[in-house]
Amino acid sequence: MRSEPVVQVQALVKRYGAKTAVNGLDLVARQGVTAVLGPNGAGKTTTVETCEGYRRPDSGTVRVLGLDPVRQSARLRPRVGVMLQSGGVYSGARADEMLRHVARLHAHPLDVDALIERLGLGSCGRTAYRRLSGGQQQRLALAMAVVGRPELVFLDEPTAGLDPQARRATWDLIGDLRSDGVSVILTTHYMDEAEQLADDVAVIDDGRVIAQGSPEDLCRGGAENTLRFSGRPGLDVASLLKALPADTTAAETAPGSYRVVGRVDPQLLATVTSWCAQHGVMPDRISVERHTLEDVFLELTGKELRS
Amino acid sequence: MTATGIYSPKPGAAPLSRMIAAQAVLETKMLLRNGEQLLLTVIIPTLLLVLFGTVDVVDTGDGEAVDFLAPGILALAVMSTAFTGQAIATGFERRYGVLKRLAASPLPRWGLMTAKTLSVLVTEVLQVTLVTVIALALGWDPQGDPFSVFLLLVLGTAAFSGLGLLMAGTLKAEATLAAANLVFLLLLVGGGVVVPLDRFPEAAQDVLGLLPISALSEGLRDVLQHGAGMPWGNLGILAAWAVAGLAAAGAFFRWE
Repeated sequence: MRSEPVVQVQALVKRYGAKTAVNGLDLVARQGVTAVLGPNGAGKTTTVETCEGYRRPDSGTVRVLGLDPVRQSARLRPRVGVMLQSGGVYSGARADEMLRHVARLHAHPLDVDALIERLGLGSCGRTAYRRLSGGQQQRLALAMAVVGRPELVFLDEPTAGLDPQARRATWDLIGDLRSDGVSVILTTHYMDEAEQLADDVAVIDDGRVIAQGSPEDLCRGGAENTLRFSGRPGLDVASLLKALPADTTAAETAPGSYRVVGRVDPQLLATVTSWCAQHGVMPDRISVERHTLEDVFLELTGKELRS
Repeated sequence: MTATGIYSPKPGAAPLSRMIAAQAVLETKMLLRNGEQLLLTVIIPTLLLVLFGTVDVVDTGDGEAVDFLAPGILALAVMSTAFTGQAIATGFERRYGVLKRLAASPLPRWGLMTAKTLSVLVTEVLQVTLVTVIALALGWDPQGDPFSVFLLLVLGTAAFSGLGLLMAGTLKAEATLAAANLVFLLLLVGGGVVVPLDRFPEAAQDVLGLLPISALSEGLRDVLQHGAGMPWGNLGILAAWAVAGLAAAGAFFRWE
């Protein structure tokens, strides 16, 4: 299933005047959902728009479904769906009218009425695009990206500014696309979005990919996790350490408060609790603090993601 | 989540002719739905024709006023749609990412431009019909060869489209809106539409006569009012504007 790359970016450089937006970026996306995660200004949109054929690389190569997005645009465009970060619709057009129009540009479009229903766009009625709410505009843009039954869709910040319900609807649709074999490249600066949706996450900062992998891999790799519990003071920490894997540390941080740092997984938790059982210790307030993508990002870049 | 097959990929572009037709229909609908555009393309030309045709505001020279006015109003109709209307609409489409989004669709860019041209032509047919009916009701007695008229209208459309797209593709949308309206007003007054060119000082006449609007209104007048043969001079001026405008638009048009 995850065989041929759908997107292959090598050593991409893109400058706007004196500003370097993308600085030697490498990215391979395979079938499934790939999240491009990074703070504002990291180069996410520039990268995606280069894949969509809007930008010519200053250097480096970009291949989408094996094609050059600029020179082989005519062959590529029918196979790819695009959701821009904003706009893209005639200000006087109605939602259903615009969606039907985009459907007409394709040979085997989805059932437009069903898609309207699915994304809750039926309530837009005869309202012109410019008077739709931000969330309705976003969902219309998403519908326009998928209506042509593409192999691959690019979604640029698909849930930015959406309320939780609309966000859920968008996530569900992305899940269905994935199940039906449509590949998705989405940019986001929401950690939970990347964690929930993506098979693969590429973390971008300052125009480069600084880490890539599944959300689980990223959270595991490098990042230390913590397990805490309370018990009677003065437990034999050295004996506990012997029971734990080699790269784990354990310490009594305050009388009766214990901290284990290492790769926290179910096995480690079981080891700690069975050691406690053997020593007649009731581990009160046992808790684990697993690293989220947010922590990983902070460690990698020294930056808060949402700032 | 289980696969439903609803979204399973089945990509493909629609046939080119169907894409262009769909685009032209949508463009025309958007134009006819827009109040400002209708004011510009329908109401102003009609009002001017009725007003100047029934009330003696400007001295239009010998003969019936409507015989002088109708060709000028036809020229104005072409300018309002191909230049002003198209410039403003395209400028805002560019601003709101419509051109950008369509550039990612299966419709090729030249197909979009073809559709825009078709939409302009459809609108012009409606305008010409309306102006002709009103002018005939006011007693218009058109002369000359319809083919010369057709040629003038087509070259005029090409000239104004090039200039309108050049403006829309290079200036900001607000600047296009302001400039296109200003140019419309100036050319309405100084382009022989309702005010005969010979009312201006002679030195000015030579310059004004080279404007696309003057070439179109004077050319139409030569044929429709005076029954002249093929107006080569004015056709030449329009052709020159068309080539220059479309070439510049092709070179400098920015899609975003």
